[in-house]
Amino acid sequence: MKAVAPKSLPRRFHQASWDEPVIFELSQPGARGVLVPQVEPGIVHEVGEIAATLPEPLHRKIPPALPEMSQVHVLRHYARLSQENLGVDLNIDIGQGTCTMKYSPKVNDQLARSHKLADLHPLQDESTVQGILEVMWRLEQFLKEISGMDRFSLQPGAGSAAIYANMAMVRAYHESRGESDQRDQVITTIFSHPSNAACAKVGGYEIITVYPDSDGYPDLAALQAAISERTAALFITNPEDTGIFNPHIEQFVTAVHDAGGLCVYDQANANGILGIIRARDVGFDLCHFNLHKTFSTPHGCGGPAAGASGVTAALAAFLPKPTVEFDGKKYFLDFDRPQSIGKIRPWYGVAQNILKAYAWIMSLGADGLREVAEIAVLNNNYLLKKMLEVRGVSAPYAKGKRRIEQVRYSWQQLTSETGVHSEEIGYRAADFGTHYWTSHHPYIVTEPMTLEPTESYSQADLDEYVAILKHIADEAYNCPETIHTAPHNSTGHKINQEPYDDPEEWAITWRAYKRKVK
Amino acid sequence: MSYKKPIVYPYIPNSIPAKKEEMLREVGAKSVEELYADIPESIRFKGKLNLPEPLLAEAELVRHIEDLLGKNTSTRERLSFLGAGCWQHYVPAVCDEINSRGEFLTAYAGEPYEDKGRFQALFEYESMMGELLNMDVVNVPNYDGFQAAGTALLMAGRITGRTEVLICGTLGSDKLSKVRDYIHPHLESILLKYSPDSGLIDLNDLKAKISANTAAVFFENPSYLGFVETQAAEIAKIAHQNEALCVVYVDPISLGVLNPPVEYGGDIVCGDIQSLGIHMWFGGGHGGFIATRDDPVFVLEFPSRLFGISSTIVEGEYGFGDVAYERTSFALREEGKEWVGTASALWGITAGVYLALMGPQGMVEIGESIMQRTAYAIQKISEVPGLNVQFNGVHFKEFVIDFSESGQTVASINKKLLVRGIFGGKDLSIEFPDLGQCALYAVTEIHSQSDIDRLVATLKEVVK
Repeated sequence: MKAVAPKSLPRRFHQASWDEPVIFELSQPGARGVLVPQVEPGIVHEVGEIAATLPEPLHRKIPPALPEMSQVHVLRHYARLSQENLGVDLNIDIGQGTCTMKYSPKVNDQLARSHKLADLHPLQDESTVQGILEVMWRLEQFLKEISGMDRFSLQPGAGSAAIYANMAMVRAYHESRGESDQRDQVITTIFSHPSNAACAKVGGYEIITVYPDSDGYPDLAALQAAISERTAALFITNPEDTGIFNPHIEQFVTAVHDAGGLCVYDQANANGILGIIRARDVGFDLCHFNLHKTFSTPHGCGGPAAGASGVTAALAAFLPKPTVEFDGKKYFLDFDRPQSIGKIRPWYGVAQNILKAYAWIMSLGADGLREVAEIAVLNNNYLLKKMLEVRGVSAPYAKGKRRIEQVRYSWQQLTSETGVHSEEIGYRAADFGTHYWTSHHPYIVTEPMTLEPTESYSQADLDEYVAILKHIADEAYNCPETIHTAPHNSTGHKINQEPYDDPEEWAITWRAYKRKVK
Repeated sequence: MSYKKPIVYPYIPNSIPAKKEEMLREVGAKSVEELYADIPESIRFKGKLNLPEPLLAEAELVRHIEDLLGKNTSTRERLSFLGAGCWQHYVPAVCDEINSRGEFLTAYAGEPYEDKGRFQALFEYESMMGELLNMDVVNVPNYDGFQAAGTALLMAGRITGRTEVLICGTLGSDKLSKVRDYIHPHLESILLKYSPDSGLIDLNDLKAKISANTAAVFFENPSYLGFVETQAAEIAKIAHQNEALCVVYVDPISLGVLNPPVEYGGDIVCGDIQSLGIHMWFGGGHGGFIATRDDPVFVLEFPSRLFGISSTIVEGEYGFGDVAYERTSFALREEGKEWVGTASALWGITAGVYLALMGPQGMVEIGESIMQRTAYAIQKISEVPGLNVQFNGVHFKEFVIDFSESGQTVASINKKLLVRGIFGGKDLSIEFPDLGQCALYAVTEIHSQSDIDRLVATLKEVVK
């Protein structure tokens, strides 16, 4: 038989494209997807029609106009939509820098689906939930060791919620010292996640944003100029979203401490420094981890995730309540925390993701975590070298220096020479079965792209991603129209963006669409 | 048996020693250490993290985790009447099937092209919630109902430019804690008195407290304590007469039988979607929603993502994307509306699956069935000597049992129930000390007549 030609890169890809209607268009009057248990005659006999006793304005007379579908059609519709999605399981998901799109082990998902977790009520007697309380307590011990902090709360629902919790603790700390009126400013850096600035603003703080120096390092002089007796805290990422580690971080922390402010470490970017540095050793008062990033729990199309807020002993009294405690015999919840900031979310945290993060750490241990960090950094520097061979791309700042776990690249040269923008490269990347994201706003690095290869990808995976971007860059120089009209092999085609910002045209629900279409 | 060192980790492809060496050569480094050159020696962690020895084999890990989970006893193994914002409803198999699919489970912040499925599924979720709520605008889920309530009130504050909110006095203490923390320092919150007989808001107190400073009147329907706030239309009217907004927190599973708040004057509606096909997960199954009319004054105050529908260059093809993205903190950092981050998208997709499975008839039936089962439980428990059900009026799925007359504490009753295989209701004696020894019980579609009869018989036995 004829030999099949060896594979070449980029691969020939075509995403599933089911041309799936909107679910309301699949409605079949009278169809049912699941049936509700019939109310026993004994109950009906006793109580009759209760809904009819509702006063007029409270009783719904017209059933909600939901689609009517048989079960298999609901399943098929969503199974098809799922095929029109990628995710870590399918693609080389390194194009979403800052988000640590690592492999989420299947075994942990399976374990978390046990009814002994999924069907636990948070108010059950503590004697019936010793297992999950033990997991929470043990994970807290792990995170304490990994960060050097004294206590953690696993309550926040994700990274931004943990930043919010940390902000609330900063506020409570200054209130407890009678300095909250005076300390009304929070300092952050432009390459720290937007939520650092936004959460502090919600908390009532004025935000001062420090920009980098010409080498891309956060500017110490600019920080010193920003610090005053009004400083409540510094909220900072390190390495920043550029992948550059701020070597002056100790001076930053000291300068803020000298002015009476607190230092809060956004550790969303912790993947490259596990076992290398610890928040407490640098002098931070608070920190947070994203369990769905560094600690592998799946991202779920945008949550549920899980966050963990860590503090020094001086701030432990302010942690969200309850905390999980162990008295040597049993695990229990401690609600008796009068200085606590209270609740950040209902109950105690996203328990299923707490279990997954715990299992992930247990599967790796101290050496394994260090291996995670080292390979993540090795992969990133490998990718950096390969990417800089691609025409039109650069890695602004810190020339010749190594990066930690990610790099913010710029396609500015390519844009200037070809008119192709970073965003369009993303549309074209979809044609090769990969997700690509530009970067957080504002685009301080122009025409940006942030790649974070984590430890989960092989050399061949990285080579494939580079081959895709190289192919697209070549197209930009040779046939830019292919990119301007992309995607071609993805589920959908170029979308009409106009309705999204026009109140007369936008449609956030099907009912609004039906009303507005002409 | 010990593993050959260095260990090749199954989750780390490049941990193969030869591969690592090759990669180092490629980057021109002698060791990984060189790559950390920017990190000063003074802050380097010198030792080895003190963590337990790893369970490197998956089989060992499974055994360890199953041993831990084995120490839990779930609501599938006992008869539970716990609720208070997290409920044991039936979760259809298709809900779990869809949210377990790797394409949804492991995706994240995809774009409308390579992750069109996520955008369409979440647009459909918004749309089905819109039908349930009779409102044209519903957000991509935020974290949970607490967060939704806090944001709904901040939105009301921004829309009206006012500084106070009036909150029903029967709100659960956890939700109140979160809301107060979240709206501070932008809004002051004032609690409204409620009738000791019915639990309903004291309208005279509302009229006395409402003023030109009031941004919103906030209440729940059904309330935290289970009764339906039957004066809803009057409350909305009083709010509107004072140019305040009416913000209502609802349990979406009630909306097959209860009218959605927009029908009685609700301006912003919020709540939690856990009841719609999502397991309790020890409290990890929450997602929040906020809904408004399609008015830019409201829409532009949402901090959350709002996915909208559009067309593409291909005739007959839908496209999806972000509506009014420039509102968000992703676009504008601290100048955006509050903040947005990773929240509960997968639960939004799941709730959409649930609503599609249930359909209009299913939602009507489940609402009626829950109300009937609850009414039956209330009636039977009221007949037990020593027990009183608090708050007359209509209840949806929860109600308060007063044990004071029995001379026993709720804690003691619950211990006795536990021994008999029943998880009794939430002890309210700390949260609502004025109520005495009261507990909040929840009855859903999963409770059969014999389950309720068993509860009643057991209560009879333990209060004797």
